[in-house]
Amino acid sequence: MKEFFRRTRKSFNSTESPEVPQIPDDLWIKCSACRELIYKKQLNDNLKVCPKCGHHMRLGAREWLGLLDVGSFSETDANLLPLDPLGFTTPEESYADKLKQSQQRTGMTDAVIAGVGSINGTWLAVATGDFSFMGSSMGSVYGEKMARSAERAADLGVPLLTINTSGGARQQEGVIALMQMAKVTMALTRLAEAAQPHIALLVDPCYGGVTASYPSVADVIIAEPGANIGFAGKRLIEQIMRQKLPAGFQTSEFMLEHGMIDMVVSRSDLRDVLDRLLRHYTRRTGVAEQTNHRVAAYTNGKI
Amino acid sequence: MNEQEPTQAPAELTPWDRVQLARHPQRPHTQEYIFGICEDFVELHGDRRFGDDAAIVGGMATFDDQTVMVIGHQKGSDTRENMRRNFGMPHPEGYRKAQRLMRHAEKFGMPVICLIDTPAADPNKESEERGQANAIAESILTMTALRTPIIAVVIGEGGSGGALALSVADRILMQENAIFSVAPPEATASILWRDAARAPDAARALKLTAQDLYALDIIDEVIPEPPGGAHTDRPSSITAVGARLRAHLADLTALDLTTLLAQRYAKYRAIGHFEEQQQNLLGRG
Repeated sequence: MKEFFRRTRKSFNSTESPEVPQIPDDLWIKCSACRELIYKKQLNDNLKVCPKCGHHMRLGAREWLGLLDVGSFSETDANLLPLDPLGFTTPEESYADKLKQSQQRTGMTDAVIAGVGSINGTWLAVATGDFSFMGSSMGSVYGEKMARSAERAADLGVPLLTINTSGGARQQEGVIALMQMAKVTMALTRLAEAAQPHIALLVDPCYGGVTASYPSVADVIIAEPGANIGFAGKRLIEQIMRQKLPAGFQTSEFMLEHGMIDMVVSRSDLRDVLDRLLRHYTRRTGVAEQTNHRVAAYTNGKI
Repeated sequence: MNEQEPTQAPAELTPWDRVQLARHPQRPHTQEYIFGICEDFVELHGDRRFGDDAAIVGGMATFDDQTVMVIGHQKGSDTRENMRRNFGMPHPEGYRKAQRLMRHAEKFGMPVICLIDTPAADPNKESEERGQANAIAESILTMTALRTPIIAVVIGEGGSGGALALSVADRILMQENAIFSVAPPEATASILWRDAARAPDAARALKLTAQDLYALDIIDEVIPEPPGGAHTDRPSSITAVGARLRAHLADLTALDLTTLLAQRYAKYRAIGHFEEQQQNLLGRG
């Protein structure tokens, strides 16, 4: 049984992997990094990491939930829907239309999926972004789901795992979006009071107001190999500041080298590393079983 | 607490006009406010880790008969000073200096006054290497739980995360022609339409004026400016800011710390506009 959860389990238990564009047919996929053709089944078995060059392809939020124990996830706050607080319209597009299109295209209401689940039996609150929904930009719903996840983790006495990918604050919600940086950070003070850890996973790409807020003050920060992570976008630095950027600038490895994150962990090792980390915190808080009962009561009550 | 006077400037100022006023080179900057409304200012320097960033100034001063910690973005008044102060765009060490001064204020029970006036956090290569994202995030975190009153006044440009890093306050006040934006309008135009020249459109859509942000409940008060903008009558602009700061500081210092922190939590926790469909009965309300 234990063996099942070890790193030999090469697949997250994701249900259905969405179609990746630029596939000649649905059997083969071209790696965006090394341009090699990869057999799709082999790619999925390898957690969407290119078997040829090790490039970590992006996962959607639903796919990330495969990181959790099979069947353990129960979604919360799925009933939060975005609004258009500024009435953001320009000649070409309105935010309201853009939201509708993104919702239809992705089947999501906004960029974040939140809930409660377990990793190797340890319960935790989880919130994960999805880059395919407006670049996983942080607006009110994103901020609210993250903040509630932090508060829920505090209430349940379990750790919080955030999986972060984002282009930054959602421009169409203006300062309200900017203020989500403060809101989520505020909620994290509750988690700190409850002496529960926030583990932030940074995945490709993660920029702007998201990098510059709650994930960067997490208790443990993990990044996937080769992910682009930074504050200002490279285009801005090159074009406006007119600086040449070295190869490897703003990658996970760059962040590690500069002391900004704790570790770079490849996807196939993630469950294992998270499991080991989580056990250190649950050991400290004692009786894991009590936590499990509390979470079970909570999730059962919800369904 | 609101002394909302009707807007005195010509009513037809567009958001883009206000952006120009907020950036006006003759507009009074942080140090003029510090010297105008405080006495005995003692500037403190350095983040104790890397360096001293001239884009943020801070120190202790006497304001309204008590010692406060004043921290603000500092733009220059001419090109040379602007080069030295990086046009008010802080590097990570600037935010880390600010955090140090805030903790200092907390330790000695001094209220914190932040003056906001920056286009954005510095976006260059070196700032990335030294952890600009981390520096901003740490500033926000420091302010969320700082055990002393904090008031922020936007006196010019409130540009993005670079401004927010000093704005997580119990009260946020804005001058009538100040702006506060998720990103500089040029950047928003570039992000959304790949065309920085459409900044005036972005300025309109972003709702970045003090009046808009008051209506959206993001800020607590709009401080009137002289007709034509703060630079047309600097002494009266500075006096007006001082008067409103005095009133808000009196409100906040009357609160006990537990109440103050609970109100700060509630203030930020409540920001956001979304629809919550009835179905998740056990979800938090």
